[in-house]
Amino acid sequence: MKRICLFYIVVVTCFLFLDFPVFAEGKPPEEGSTLPLIRLPIPTSNEEKGYLDLKGEGTFTISQIKADVVIIEIFSMYCPYCQKEAPIVNELYNIIEQNPELRDKIKIIGIGAGNTSFEVDVFRKKYQISFPLFPDVDFSIHKICGEVNTPYFIGVKINRDQIAQVIYSKLGTIQDPAQFLNLILKNSGLKRED
Amino acid sequence: MMKTISIIAFIFILLSVSTVYSTSEMFKDYIYQPVILKPIDSKPKLKVGDKAPDFTLPSISGEKVSLKQYIGKKNIVISFVPAAWTPVCSEQWPGYNLVKDIFDKYDAILLGITVDNIPTLYAWTRPMGDIWFPVLSDFWPHGKVAKKYGVLRSNGVSERALFIIDKKGIIRYIDIHDINKRPVLEELVKELEKLKN
Repeated sequence: MKRICLFYIVVVTCFLFLDFPVFAEGKPPEEGSTLPLIRLPIPTSNEEKGYLDLKGEGTFTISQIKADVVIIEIFSMYCPYCQKEAPIVNELYNIIEQNPELRDKIKIIGIGAGNTSFEVDVFRKKYQISFPLFPDVDFSIHKICGEVNTPYFIGVKINRDQIAQVIYSKLGTIQDPAQFLNLILKNSGLKRED
Repeated sequence: MMKTISIIAFIFILLSVSTVYSTSEMFKDYIYQPVILKPIDSKPKLKVGDKAPDFTLPSISGEKVSLKQYIGKKNIVISFVPAAWTPVCSEQWPGYNLVKDIFDKYDAILLGITVDNIPTLYAWTRPMGDIWFPVLSDFWPHGKVAKKYGVLRSNGVSERALFIIDKKGIIRYIDIHDINKRPVLEELVKELEKLKN
């Protein structure tokens, strides 16, 4: 028993005082795969509830959002790239919302990796973001998503069997919102290739 | 007793391994990969209520900046971060850069300090965009200001620490933070709010 304790103490000491890399848990979701289960709190605001077509309280999963496609942005208020990207994602949101054929089919949400509610709110107000943003204070969703750098975009298609299938998974800017939307439409099958 | 120690040690290992960071793609692969360090590795020298020690340091804009130039005019937040090109530090200041309005609301200036030299700080802060607050180098004499404030670690970098100093030059808040974690913004805002009272 003493030996086991000694072993733990030695290992703890090593972990505390020796530099070692942090090992990533999992990989980013791959296109074609099923999105790992992400559980989020149902928004309290009626606008956000309405946008995602959710009711009541508690939590929901991505596949419970009433849409054909959900675009998830993993961001951080502290990430300068995400700050720069915010107006571009807003433009994407506006293009979708202004298109009567798409507004009920495609939804966008943001997940603030390591951000508190307060920090997510700062980001929302600063960039006047209309789509729902969720804090991920303990990085738990960030871990599920393979501890990606930010911003990271995941597009998922909600199949009839309520399975969220990854159709886009990429690090960095979406660049041109219209082109990105076309890619999402093509990958999801909402738009047929010419 | 030994069994308890053993369980605590094991839990501690699990917690240590689970520390994660998110890194902005803005810095691409230039960020030194994260390591878990001893959370705090210095002995406090100052306490709330003490007069803040004055200092003069060079900034990346080329000017020298002194604490005393703000006394009587602004509340002062000093943010010591351990090192350029490391993950937590590389996001803490861009976050502060986004919330100038919050600092303005509390009539506060932010002074960012690391022990890196000016060229390193200049290169590191470029991707952060235009930074509204002075970025100061405590490189030479190495870590002199960090030492004065009791936040110089044994390996020569500073702690991740926040000091709030009121307009009279009195320290009103000290947060010598776990070096591996970013302080949450609302704590700082809460403390700035107290200056109004």
